[in-house]
Amino acid sequence: MLNSQFKKWLMIGFPILSIMIFYFGCQQSKDAISGDVASQVYVAPGSYDEFYLFTSGGFNGQMGVYGLPSGRLFKNISVFSQNPETGYGYSEETKAMLMTSYGFIPWDDSHHPELSMTDGVPDGRFIFINGNNTPRVAKIDLRTFETTEIVEIPNSAGNHASPFVTENTEYIVASTRFSVPIPQADVPISTYKENFKGTISFIALDPKTEKMNLAFQIVVPGFNYDLSHAGKGPSHDWAFFTSYNSEQANTLLEINASRNDKDFIAAVNWKLAEKYVKEGKAKKMNTEYYHNYFDEKKHYAFSDIKKEVLVLDPKDCPGMIYYLPTPKSPHGVDVDPTGEYIVAGGKLATVIPVHSFSKMMKAIEEKQFDGEVDGIPILKYDAVVAGEVQNPGLGPLHTEFDGNGYAYTSCFVSSEVVKWKLGTWEVVDRIPVYYSIGHLNIPGGDSKKPWGKYVIALNKITKDRYLPTGPELTQSAQLIDISGEKMKMLLDFPTIGEPHYAQSIPADVIMKNSLKFYKIEENQHPYKTNGEKEARVERKGNNVHVYMTAIRSHFSPDNIEGIKVGDNVYFHVTNLEQDWDLPHGFTIKGMNNGEILIMPGQTKTILWKPTKVGVYPFYCTDFCSALHQEMQGYVRVSPAGSDVPLVYFTGSQDKK
Amino acid sequence: MKKYVSRMIVLFTIAILFLSLPACGGDDQQAADFSKTKSIANDPNAGLSEFELENGIGPVKQKLELGPIDPKLVKKGGEIFNTKCLACHKLDERYVGPAQRDVLKRRTPEFVMNMMLNPIEMQEKHPVVKKLLAEYMTQMTNQNLSFDDARAILEYFREVGK
Repeated sequence: MLNSQFKKWLMIGFPILSIMIFYFGCQQSKDAISGDVASQVYVAPGSYDEFYLFTSGGFNGQMGVYGLPSGRLFKNISVFSQNPETGYGYSEETKAMLMTSYGFIPWDDSHHPELSMTDGVPDGRFIFINGNNTPRVAKIDLRTFETTEIVEIPNSAGNHASPFVTENTEYIVASTRFSVPIPQADVPISTYKENFKGTISFIALDPKTEKMNLAFQIVVPGFNYDLSHAGKGPSHDWAFFTSYNSEQANTLLEINASRNDKDFIAAVNWKLAEKYVKEGKAKKMNTEYYHNYFDEKKHYAFSDIKKEVLVLDPKDCPGMIYYLPTPKSPHGVDVDPTGEYIVAGGKLATVIPVHSFSKMMKAIEEKQFDGEVDGIPILKYDAVVAGEVQNPGLGPLHTEFDGNGYAYTSCFVSSEVVKWKLGTWEVVDRIPVYYSIGHLNIPGGDSKKPWGKYVIALNKITKDRYLPTGPELTQSAQLIDISGEKMKMLLDFPTIGEPHYAQSIPADVIMKNSLKFYKIEENQHPYKTNGEKEARVERKGNNVHVYMTAIRSHFSPDNIEGIKVGDNVYFHVTNLEQDWDLPHGFTIKGMNNGEILIMPGQTKTILWKPTKVGVYPFYCTDFCSALHQEMQGYVRVSPAGSDVPLVYFTGSQDKK
Repeated sequence: MKKYVSRMIVLFTIAILFLSLPACGGDDQQAADFSKTKSIANDPNAGLSEFELENGIGPVKQKLELGPIDPKLVKKGGEIFNTKCLACHKLDERYVGPAQRDVLKRRTPEFVMNMMLNPIEMQEKHPVVKKLLAEYMTQMTNQNLSFDDARAILEYFREVGK
């Protein structure tokens, strides 16, 4: 009896229970799969991301382009390093881009991408990035996503506080992380204090030609100048630079440069500096540096070698520069969207000090000085500080802003992002990041009008976050939603190279100007082949110039004889295509240089020096059509001094 | 009877579970319809108008008024042809694509214009061009000619085909 009662219960209970389990189970999995975290970063196939993210390549010397919120990688822009994929730095056209006063340098360490600004807002025309090691500043044209200009910075070493721009991109700044003898000299390193100096450089961007020009340099005391940001709004005329090593140590800086209680932020009135230069207060200094630029019509890079630079000495220029005492080796210096607050990341400090621009101006007026260094007045800390954020986290480095009155600071040592309120200086939220965050970025987060939807954490260490790949692990970015009161972690994505700093901008600002192909009729390359009729081979002594065309899917000429060992063979390949996304690649067996990737309407040149007799196939490397595998040809190489005649053709030997 | 009822209950439960399955998955399936193909079912005209069959598909939608041959336009057209077309089209021999000297004897001027200006859609949809693709194997590239460029090349074809 009991048994049948139990069975009855089971028969009714089981179905109800199973339906309930299924129903709630279903609810739960629904939340896990299509919960708003996943949908917030999901960009459906064929759909566009909302933002472009430009990350520095760190020590690969390039710049990455990603989409947000998906974290998808679109491009690795060649900047300071040769790129075997495109021929950048290998092709004859681009070698000049990597020329410096130290010769051809195929590598650098790039740290800070910086978008050009109009009225303090990123305008999507250009993005700049610094070369740290051999001091340089590069300009990338966001119509083509190609590097079009590189200026070397003389009298500098470790170009770290760079390339931050003023409110209307009047200037791009650069400064010395490592002080050095200026001008360079053979002196004992122990004479650091008497012989070593720093410089702060201002590169003007000509509003008409959009070309860069190193306008002037300011010689400053031999500290380490670390980071920078220009003012905006009321502080438009000023730019701010952090410095550490005010101890002027030249060995074991880890200890010796961390002794002083306070180092400095240098506040530079660049408007006044500009005026002093106009008044003739700058001295001409002999030096040597390269200015390289890519002519988009000629598809060719050129180098100008400059021999002098204008230098200002603060002693001759009253009111041009002041020091703001700032606790413990400050790292980042960030100006809030109103232009009033100057936030310092005191990496060894237990607080985040925030200076007030209006208090600074008042303190200057009232001469509230606390001594001077080499003619540069030091302002009193209490006279300039607006407030301190207490207990922000360990190792505060950099701050960006959401435009709604909040600031977000990265804390390297405690691996977190800390959100705090401007004005009250209270910490309102914090979120852990994985691991050891350096910079962070909010779209437009260093501008007057941030698009405060996300903060991107740029992490140095990923340890256990991804599938292991041996001793070398990827570095990463993390996407955090900041649209609500609490920060919310959305996405991890690995990056190519160290994403040292990054900047982001709504896609619609840039994509409407994006170039699809180069117009062949505007191509003024000196070795352009204007259609297949002009395809030919010319010998000038040992130099052989191949005027070659490429179109789906053949090269012309595709059979060449009469090349000899010892020749310098220049393949000038013109891509005749006039459609989007149709590059052709070119290489030849035994190519001891690199390949070239030629965009539609473009001409590129690669130099080949054949060393052995034989017949060498060449082919298109970029899959271009259903008959891509047929896109090939042969070059016959004969011994030096042979009398094999120069012959070239496509299709049939009798009709060239 | 009892056995029958209990079986019914079990079956009913299983049925409910099955019925509720798709409902559970439904929301996560972000309607994945990326295909844009339209079927042109067995229409001898392939869904094209009489005008399109004769004159092609593209920006030229009515007959052109050509007038006498303009030598200036012929020269311009020849230059553009040499830069952008000659890599695949010779005047008198079959090459990557068909020989072009007599093209206006085979096709209307409007057809030639539409082929130059809208090659991708022409190859997808026009029965004559589909046959050409089957014969020549290589897709004609879109050289992004302007209307004026194409008109100049047409003038060049009128001259060389005289």
